[in-house]
Amino acid sequence: MPTTAPADPAPGLAAYSEVTASDASLRRFLHGLPGVDQVGAEARAAGLGTRSIKTTAKAWALDLAIRMVDLTTLEGQDTPGKVRALASKALRPDPADPTCPSVAAVCVYGDLVGEVKSIVGSQVNVAAVATAFPSGRASMDVKLADTRDAVANGADEIDMVIDRGAFLAGRYLQVFDEIVATREACARPNGSHAHLKVIFETGELQTYDNVRRASWLAMLAGADFIKTSTGKVQPAATLPVTLVMLEAVRDFREATGVQIGVKPAGGIRTAKDAIKYLVMVNEIAGDDWLDPDWFRFGASTLLNDLLMQRTKMTTGRYSGPDYFTLD
Amino acid sequence: MASFEYAPAPESRSIVDIKPSYGLFVDGEFVDGRGTSFKTINPATEETLAEVAEASEADVDLAVRAARRAFRGWSRMSGKERAKYLFRIARIIQERGRELAVLESIDNGKPIKESRDVDVPVVAAHFFYYAGWADKLSYAGLGPSPQPLGVAGQVIPWNFPLLMLAWKVAPALACGNTVVLKPAETTPLTALLFAEICQQADLPPGVVNIVTGAGGTGQAVVSHPDVDKVAFTGSTDVGKAIARAVAGSSKKVTLELGGKAANVVFDDAPIDQAVEGIVGGIFFNQGHVCCAGSRLLVQESVADEVLSRLKRRMGTLRVGDPLDKNTDIGAINSSEQLARIRELSDIGESEGAERWAPACELPSSGFWFPPTVFTGVTQAHRIAREEVFGPVLSVLTFRTPAEAIEKANNTPYGLSAGVWTEKGSRILHMASQLRAGVVWANTFNKFDPASPFGGYKESGYGREGGRQGLAAYLKEAEA
Repeated sequence: MPTTAPADPAPGLAAYSEVTASDASLRRFLHGLPGVDQVGAEARAAGLGTRSIKTTAKAWALDLAIRMVDLTTLEGQDTPGKVRALASKALRPDPADPTCPSVAAVCVYGDLVGEVKSIVGSQVNVAAVATAFPSGRASMDVKLADTRDAVANGADEIDMVIDRGAFLAGRYLQVFDEIVATREACARPNGSHAHLKVIFETGELQTYDNVRRASWLAMLAGADFIKTSTGKVQPAATLPVTLVMLEAVRDFREATGVQIGVKPAGGIRTAKDAIKYLVMVNEIAGDDWLDPDWFRFGASTLLNDLLMQRTKMTTGRYSGPDYFTLD
Repeated sequence: MASFEYAPAPESRSIVDIKPSYGLFVDGEFVDGRGTSFKTINPATEETLAEVAEASEADVDLAVRAARRAFRGWSRMSGKERAKYLFRIARIIQERGRELAVLESIDNGKPIKESRDVDVPVVAAHFFYYAGWADKLSYAGLGPSPQPLGVAGQVIPWNFPLLMLAWKVAPALACGNTVVLKPAETTPLTALLFAEICQQADLPPGVVNIVTGAGGTGQAVVSHPDVDKVAFTGSTDVGKAIARAVAGSSKKVTLELGGKAANVVFDDAPIDQAVEGIVGGIFFNQGHVCCAGSRLLVQESVADEVLSRLKRRMGTLRVGDPLDKNTDIGAINSSEQLARIRELSDIGESEGAERWAPACELPSSGFWFPPTVFTGVTQAHRIAREEVFGPVLSVLTFRTPAEAIEKANNTPYGLSAGVWTEKGSRILHMASQLRAGVVWANTFNKFDPASPFGGYKESGYGREGGRQGLAAYLKEAEA
């Protein structure tokens, strides 16, 4: 059985050991968090979406957004050939322009980690989804084996899904324990551990109150990143959901001193949208999070629009989609 | 890593054609005024925008006569026909929305974000809303055959020049009245652009007359013997003077005056959204809002948390060029108003309240005041009682709901209030106990043409907006 204590509690986290001692205390804590008013949260996100980012600020934001992309393919039809192509693109998103930065990571299923690794080496991280992605419906042993397998294949980052059934049924401690156990399964023989991103599938959690509770739950359990969605459920990432998660990481750092990253995933397709997210990161969490270590975009089609806009900024005109690689 | 600097994103002002001088709009035409013309300036730069005519008593008399002549035709016109004009005006406002928004920001100093996303859309909505009522007056529950009053003399303030015009003109016209409207002397330009829109809409001459000028012109409008209805929005002092001036006459009066709204935050409130509501409540339109949430009443148990979040949020507010699309707080409307804000803030400090404002660089020319919060304020402080009409928030605390109600109601004003709590029953209880014309729950400063707006006590009487807003322009109608 997994332990109920965080793997390596930071000093600030120790104050919360009582909170995670039992299902009842965890529930009391999560339900005691301030509520989220839906209308207000959506209005705030929409308001931030009207910031007008132009010229130098836009150029800066586009490059940052490229550096934050987790270039993703999570299809049943994925092949070694497909992910190798994606990995090459991750290294050199715009072959015509050597000043274009690499993306943050390539995100694939666990069995394809080795293929990606053979291309990107240590220049770009390799993220693998695990724990019976995307549904999370498997026994704990299977989920942990899935995780260990991906880590053994060389994954730098593990994107796990939470058991939404357990969460919605109010079995918070079970979700907590699963995250703790998965984090332990991320350990490598040399003592380091793969970065753990915890996916909530916010489209299934439905309410912003749930998103805030899930964020705190995952952060207390030792997540390195909290992530909105698998990309398999609509709605996936939205601005208000990400807003609530950014508030959570901001408040968590204030309470514990521990900084956690945020990753919206799914549905972010345009540079314009990506910039809206960056504005939100800047104004809600603060500029400490404006870094690929602390904020990522889980996306497959976003990158080409970023590249297209980037070229527009440097050349003054749009080129067609044929000027950019497919994947 | 460098921080995210937003490059300037100015809205182009080339869409607006500001003439060097403007006359009065009387009987469908622009005419010269007989008074001494005055200048209107851009409060963000102090640049002179235009010369504007001042209407003398004789000019006002001409305008009222024109309105009286027009009343005969306009009031007998079927509601359906009047509605056509109002719908037409509403559509032109939408079509020329960007022009109106830019001009409003230039003349008033408010951020383009607000004039573009709030003022102009709500202005159009008011004309659409009252256009819809024009042919349904007999079904409004205001009597079987409601009759208009006649000529309405309307005096509006400088904080929402176009919006206040819409609140006054749309219901008056829908009911069959004609109007003589005086905009504030610091912000006459959008009213004059509205006059052009009336021409463009082929509105019959004399139905809308616009006379510009200062207090004397306003006095001439409200005290003109042939004005049947006086509608005023502005300061309580002027409101009292108007009430005295028309006392004993047959004029019908509505007054929308000052406020010192309590924004009550309970310990179970959605804190992040409450902080947004506090910010929107007091810093919207530089705090130049009569229903601004200028008194924050926060439950002691969460006061520290709310304040620290509020201060962090205030640090992200961008103060500067009103035409920059990223500006959150624009310029103070006039040097007089800036002086008043400074005076009251200094008094707050000398009375022992703690003053705080985020570090922000203010432009060197123009009238500017940073978003400011006073903590440690009590009911005995002047900044807790007097209307500052600027971006200055006073923070008080309370311990129980009963204390919150007592403190919230302990003011000569009663225009608006806000309640922040996740508990529905408490919202309803508070709403029934707070003596304020509007009580917002888990939001603040939301305006809709369908919802009536008006005050208790020194915040005035009568209601604008909604079905109730029609009653103010109809004979023997009670809202």
